[in-house]
Amino acid sequence: MTKEPVKLLEDEGLTFLTCMQCGTCTGSCPSGRYTSLNTRRIVLSARRNKDVYHDENLWMCTTCYQCQERCPRGIKIVDGILALRTESVHMGLMLPDHRKVAGLVVDKGHAVPINDANKEKRKELGMDELPETVHKYPEALDQVKKLLEVTGFVQLVLEEEKDKSEEGQ
Amino acid sequence: MKPVSLFLGCIIPNRYPGIEKATKLVLDGLDIDWADLAGASCCPAPGVFRSFDKVTWLTLAARNIVLSEQMDRDVLTICNGCFGSLTDANHELKHDPAMTKQVNKHLAEVDMKYKGSAEVRHIIEFLSKEIGPEKIHDAVQHPLDLKVALHYGCHLIKPSKERDLGTVENPVFFDELVEALGATSVDYEDKMACCGAGGGVRSALLDKSLEMADAKLQHIAEAGVDCIVNACPFCHLQLDFGQVEIKDKYGHEYSIPVLHYSQLLAIAMGHSPEDVGVDLNFITDDGFIDRLRG
Repeated sequence: MTKEPVKLLEDEGLTFLTCMQCGTCTGSCPSGRYTSLNTRRIVLSARRNKDVYHDENLWMCTTCYQCQERCPRGIKIVDGILALRTESVHMGLMLPDHRKVAGLVVDKGHAVPINDANKEKRKELGMDELPETVHKYPEALDQVKKLLEVTGFVQLVLEEEKDKSEEGQ
Repeated sequence: MKPVSLFLGCIIPNRYPGIEKATKLVLDGLDIDWADLAGASCCPAPGVFRSFDKVTWLTLAARNIVLSEQMDRDVLTICNGCFGSLTDANHELKHDPAMTKQVNKHLAEVDMKYKGSAEVRHIIEFLSKEIGPEKIHDAVQHPLDLKVALHYGCHLIKPSKERDLGTVENPVFFDELVEALGATSVDYEDKMACCGAGGGVRSALLDKSLEMADAKLQHIAEAGVDCIVNACPFCHLQLDFGQVEIKDKYGHEYSIPVLHYSQLLAIAMGHSPEDVGVDLNFITDDGFIDRLRG
């Protein structure tokens, strides 16, 4: 059951209800200068209805925190946007490229895994071909995979893939 | 100063290994007690993972922090994304016992337990607070007479509630570290603006992300600098490889070399530009590399 945004934010110790719509957030937003992201409108919309979960502008925020730092009411705007995104993802809405990045961490333990070109660069610099990360330690990668299973993350990513493929049929 | 473990993240070891090497040379050169954080994973990336599932984000971050706790070392990051993710996760876990209990229930599956005994540091604030610009200046063997466009990046300083680094509007601690090497930090329009990469924007909405980077590069080009210096490999990638993408998409050519501060410091301490992989960037400039050599 999808939560009302106001309730969701409250549960996270956040509120958008004290917003006076001054627009400092929108005026401070580096993304909003080039994209359709209007932070003030997101804050307004989240007070009113669940449509905000479907708003693609949620994903145009670079999480630079400039709006949150400058908000005269001290509203934790970015923390709120992240909470709204999470609910949106749990409703099955995830951008295709984000699903790929999630899959890379599930498979490799890194969002940006090593490749042949960079193994070469490492050797050229006199370094080991693989860094001291999960790339070098399979048992460490197994731990990461286990954790992604027990938190339900693997299922979250895979289930949505299934939903998506059904939509496509 | 508590000993540190070096948290590499993803982009540095897997895309810009010169920054990893430079960092290790610098830590050795400054006699800082550091060790590899063997078996660490993605921090995980805050823009996507924190947006997907909070408990997963906290659990993977906690595992990385626990690896460092087990070594009785603080975590030293060299990336704003890793610093942001691990700092914010550490802060959440330290202040939310119910969440920590939930995360520890998951960690028990791999015989781990989060205690909250390690701090998360970023190399820039670490060098600024623990070593200081004066001692950094003393370590310089080869002063760098360069005009530098400094890019702090967002998550080094924000959200400020979980950092202790002063103003987010006009910080100076990073500029002081650059100027300690003999360089000049040049002001430019919207210096504190985001590079456009974070929050999952670069990974899913590349065009929009590059428009932000293009504006940033335009302002930097107008200031007439020798190079850009950053504190984060994701900003580094956006401003270095991004120049190639921007040239392809919009025909705007900047050709401004980009260095992580670890690389600049290592060169000032006497290492060659090739030692720290400056020539392995996408934007390379032989004339500039010769100037770095002195």
